Amino acid sequence: MKWAETPTIEATGLTMNYGQGAVLKGIDLTLHTGEVLALLGPNGAGKTTTVEILEGFRKRSGGEVRVLGTDPDHGDEAWKARLGIVLQSWRDHRKWRVRELLAHIGRYYQVYSTTERPRPYDADELLEQVGLEEQAMRPVAKLSGGQRRRLDVAIGLVGNPEVLFLDEPTVGFDPEARSDFHALISRLTEERKTSILLTTHDLREAETLSHRIAILMNGRISAEGSAQELAARYSGSVAVSYFIRDDEYHQRLAHDEVTDYLCSLLERAGPMISGLRVEPSSLEDTYLCMVREEKSADATAELSSLEV
Amino acid sequence: MVSLRYLFGIGLSRGVIELRHNLSSIVNYIFFPTLAVFVMYLLRNMPLVDTDYSLGQYAVPGIISMNILFTGLMGIASTLLLEREDGTLHRARATPHGAFGYFLGKIVSQALLCLATFTVVLALSMTLFDGFALHRITSLLTLSWVLPLGVIAMLPIGVVLGSVLRHPRQLSFVSLLLMGLTAVSGVFYPLSLQSPALQLVGQAFPLYWLTFGVRGAMLPDVILVDEQGESRHLLEAAGTLSVWAVIGSAMAIYVLRTSSRRAVGRRMK
Repeated sequence: MKWAETPTIEATGLTMNYGQGAVLKGIDLTLHTGEVLALLGPNGAGKTTTVEILEGFRKRSGGEVRVLGTDPDHGDEAWKARLGIVLQSWRDHRKWRVRELLAHIGRYYQVYSTTERPRPYDADELLEQVGLEEQAMRPVAKLSGGQRRRLDVAIGLVGNPEVLFLDEPTVGFDPEARSDFHALISRLTEERKTSILLTTHDLREAETLSHRIAILMNGRISAEGSAQELAARYSGSVAVSYFIRDDEYHQRLAHDEVTDYLCSLLERAGPMISGLRVEPSSLEDTYLCMVREEKSADATAELSSLEV
Repeated sequence: MVSLRYLFGIGLSRGVIELRHNLSSIVNYIFFPTLAVFVMYLLRNMPLVDTDYSLGQYAVPGIISMNILFTGLMGIASTLLLEREDGTLHRARATPHGAFGYFLGKIVSQALLCLATFTVVLALSMTLFDGFALHRITSLLTLSWVLPLGVIAMLPIGVVLGSVLRHPRQLSFVSLLLMGLTAVSGVFYPLSLQSPALQLVGQAFPLYWLTFGVRGAMLPDVILVDEQGESRHLLEAAGTLSVWAVIGSAMAIYVLRTSSRRAVGRRMK
């Protein structure tokens, strides 16, 4: 895909320290106009911290950051009006009715309406788009988890934002609600020119929703690219397994070795082989591997700090 | 530039919506004052020295001002504490001018709630007791400025408490302190019964002056017994309450700016 010249988000060397510990250790991040970028990483990797810095909720320790051309630390209300934020919270405004809340929040955006980007969206239209038209008059407290999350997305979108932040949007969803939610986001992103930064610890979700994935591990971006690129780069091996009589055999091979290996295997032992499986090791395997490695690295670091 | 009228419009409508959601909780707010008014009714025959009034009558204006303390100040403090935790405040900060709309809405809804509870308690007192001077035009005039001023003097203190405190338990402690304050604010009996030092403490806080103003309106004659020079004291009441309103608002705005950042910081896992 080709992107416009000025990116929506540009961060270089972004760092964040809390007390003694460094949470972000120099992050470079770019989000192009109209792009969906997934920030993927395990809990505690610094995803929420990153997003909150970009949203202007948190002062960074160092590095350069521009969101819609503005340093978030100095973002004014007009800048804020161009952002859509879907928070992680679940419990606010419980007494408000669904439509009442969406229409009220929309009112704050009205003065920032332009001919190019009319603001806010009509509350009823938006509710229909996220599939909550039947719940419009219901108190927010009475919504199911999935409905509540869809309302959160509607609230994030009501100001017709140029960039939308989705922080862990499907935590706690059952598989069906998750796939519904993914369909909703895909539909919404096709329809409008909104750049999206999504955080998730679910690789499948990142693959489904985003154009590009940045893997955040231990305060650094450890890999970046489209799902296919990442898969090609990090899952070089193929797993071959089969039975000969009752013995199980496993073999891990590079991509270009597979054909030769299978030919010679079948030639030598063809009739005796059963249950032959050839599987590319997936991006998921690689990602899980990375998470495990980081955890053990953490443990080692902790041990060594104890010894000192 | 965004016009103030536009922002006040949003804040006002937010306040009205929130009031509608909280109307059911009005029962909680009027329960104790109603109980107190009934107790005072039982004391209707116990005379207050040197006056035609009973101790019960004397205390009713105190109950009304104390109710404003608890509905207004404590009410807004506890809502704020709650909504800082449940993400409502965070959501407001994610919206352009959202924090302003949030606080204006909160002040409006809580002030209206104060007015609603005041009306209920006053109506009840008027039915039970004879002799409140609410037919006098001067009394109504006094009430019409002392009540709003008292509310505006107290709400910012509640906002400060709600932003600074960390835990609902700490709020119960504050409410204990406020009970102590009512003892030195002449709420149930004349302040002159307290030691001079405690009188000074009481007079430093808005509760005393609000009580004084409400009592001055409802029982104009009792003031002459308790204190000298009613009109001079009413001016003092207006002055002290205004000072609290101004200082309180300035503090509230300052604390909100700094504490909401802290609140976000605490969300970290």
